[in-house]
Amino acid sequence: MQDFFRLTRKTFSAEFRSDPQIPDNMWIKCPACSEIVYVRELEDNHKVCPKCGYHHRISSQEWLFLFDPASFEEHDSDLLPNDPLNFVSLDVSYGEKLKQTQEKLGMNEAVLSGVGTIEGLPLALAICDFGFMGASMGSVYGEKMARAAERAAEHGMPLLTINRSGGARMQEGLISLMQMAKISVALTRLAAVHQPHISLLIDPCYGGVTASYASVADVIIAEPGASIGFAGKRVIEQTIREKLPPEFQTAEFMLEHGMIDMVIPRGELRGTLSRMLRLYAPSRVA
Amino acid sequence: MNLTGHETYSRELTAWDRVLRARHPERPRTLDYARAIMDDFVELHGDRRFGDDPALIAGIAAFEGQTVAIVGHQKGRDTRENVRRNFGMPHPEGYRKAQRIFQHAAKFGFPLICFIDTPGANPNKDSEERGQANAIAENILIMADLPVPIIAVVIGEGGSGGALAIGVADRLLMLENSIYSVASPEAAASILWRDASKASEAARAMRITAPELHQMGIVDGIISEPDEGAHTDNIATLAHVRVALRAALNELRGLSTAALLQQRYAKYRAIGSYQEAAVHQLEPVAAHQNGHAANTNA
Ligand SMILES: [Zn+2]
Repeated sequence: MQDFFRLTRKTFSAEFRSDPQIPDNMWIKCPACSEIVYVRELEDNHKVCPKCGYHHRISSQEWLFLFDPASFEEHDSDLLPNDPLNFVSLDVSYGEKLKQTQEKLGMNEAVLSGVGTIEGLPLALAICDFGFMGASMGSVYGEKMARAAERAAEHGMPLLTINRSGGARMQEGLISLMQMAKISVALTRLAAVHQPHISLLIDPCYGGVTASYASVADVIIAEPGASIGFAGKRVIEQTIREKLPPEFQTAEFMLEHGMIDMVIPRGELRGTLSRMLRLYAPSRVA
Repeated sequence: MNLTGHETYSRELTAWDRVLRARHPERPRTLDYARAIMDDFVELHGDRRFGDDPALIAGIAAFEGQTVAIVGHQKGRDTRENVRRNFGMPHPEGYRKAQRIFQHAAKFGFPLICFIDTPGANPNKDSEERGQANAIAENILIMADLPVPIIAVVIGEGGSGGALAIGVADRLLMLENSIYSVASPEAAASILWRDASKASEAARAMRITAPELHQMGIVDGIISEPDEGAHTDNIATLAHVRVALRAALNELRGLSTAALLQQRYAKYRAIGSYQEAAVHQLEPVAAHQNGHAANTNA
């Protein structure tokens, strides 16, 4: 197990580059527009469909394309989840499920965090990986987010959180709910040093994450078409006993209702972020 | 911490027994506490933005000779009142009314007392359009460094984010048969057991009862109920809560604002259960265990 932990502790290259192993003629059918898309073309476009603009989900590692090459340094990669309630449902223990997920994905938990630069400007970062139990918010998620906020406060740098989550990690019971408060208290430190928290909402983002730090950032950006809400669509449909329109709870819906600042396509994010970082740090740029 | 001097709780009750007691329609509600154990309760209405939500009440009152601000979910006693009060499930305007009172408390230096009794925040189309997630998130963030003492009491059901939105507190107390959970037992059962009828099993697995949450260090104190539950003797229950509130307020009264906020920070910052593998350290220690939800009371 020690080697496994060590594997996750490294500095990642932030360059987003197609895998040279992918043959030029490999293609997939876009799930949104059903057009044939070459995989290499898709990769070069940050996995945004060049035909229809559909934003495919990308892993936390892939998100590092936002940073200057080789500038990202991971922190807190050695935080490991516990099974504090000895939780068992349908004969599967939470502890066993964690172990299986860790082994399958080669990651310890759902959040990847650290510091890096965008066009030379430093910032702290925390990214959720939906592959790890739906990026549900448990103790490690909360601890990594809180430490990222405290690290940003300590070094006087902005915090970027890239948020997607199905909600709380129910297997950790009320401890998971309290992570909402834990991250919020940590964010008061960042506010005290007048550094911004920029929250990027990506598909899908629900529950305890939207009902806490992700929705009270100084600036909130969403990816086009991302589903964002408090309660899941199915829960609402069951409550009101009617079908919801397709645009309900999309990034565009959130923008229209005044809940977020902007909807930015993935390809333009780095430029938008670097512009914002410069504006919030006027003294650092001549 | 035991606030009413009772040393034993009815431990033979199952989690589901407590769920039923926590939801009992004859339990005292927020307005009962505001009127019976406070003097001169004045209800304040509206969020000044959209409307007034009857599912969450707010106001000011005198308690033990001191003005306090009060916020609480309000369930009904019968079907008609429950419909009017939406079963104690606030819309965003309810949480924004609470936010108004939080800021009111800070402005006038009133301690804030919150009564938690909700199945959860209202999940419907209107709530989403008006920003339910944002309303809850803002409340949690504001409570994180609100410069007055905050005491929250779970008097019935503590339902997830809808409860936490008025529940970040220097002292979190629970009535003996109240429950506090990240998801309702029914919702957890339908997700994790794929069968809503497994709610009692989910209630047990999630550790939602006051004694369990106290043991985990998330809840600071338990307020005992009459033997057969709060619904069998409202007067005694109200009296127990009055004693517990007085004790908690007295503990917090002497603290400077800086010390109060420092304690609140440390308390919430410490909640979590994880291990930290020691790969960054020189000693060849494989891993060390952090305590479960360790805080000062664990
Ligand atoms: Zn497409």
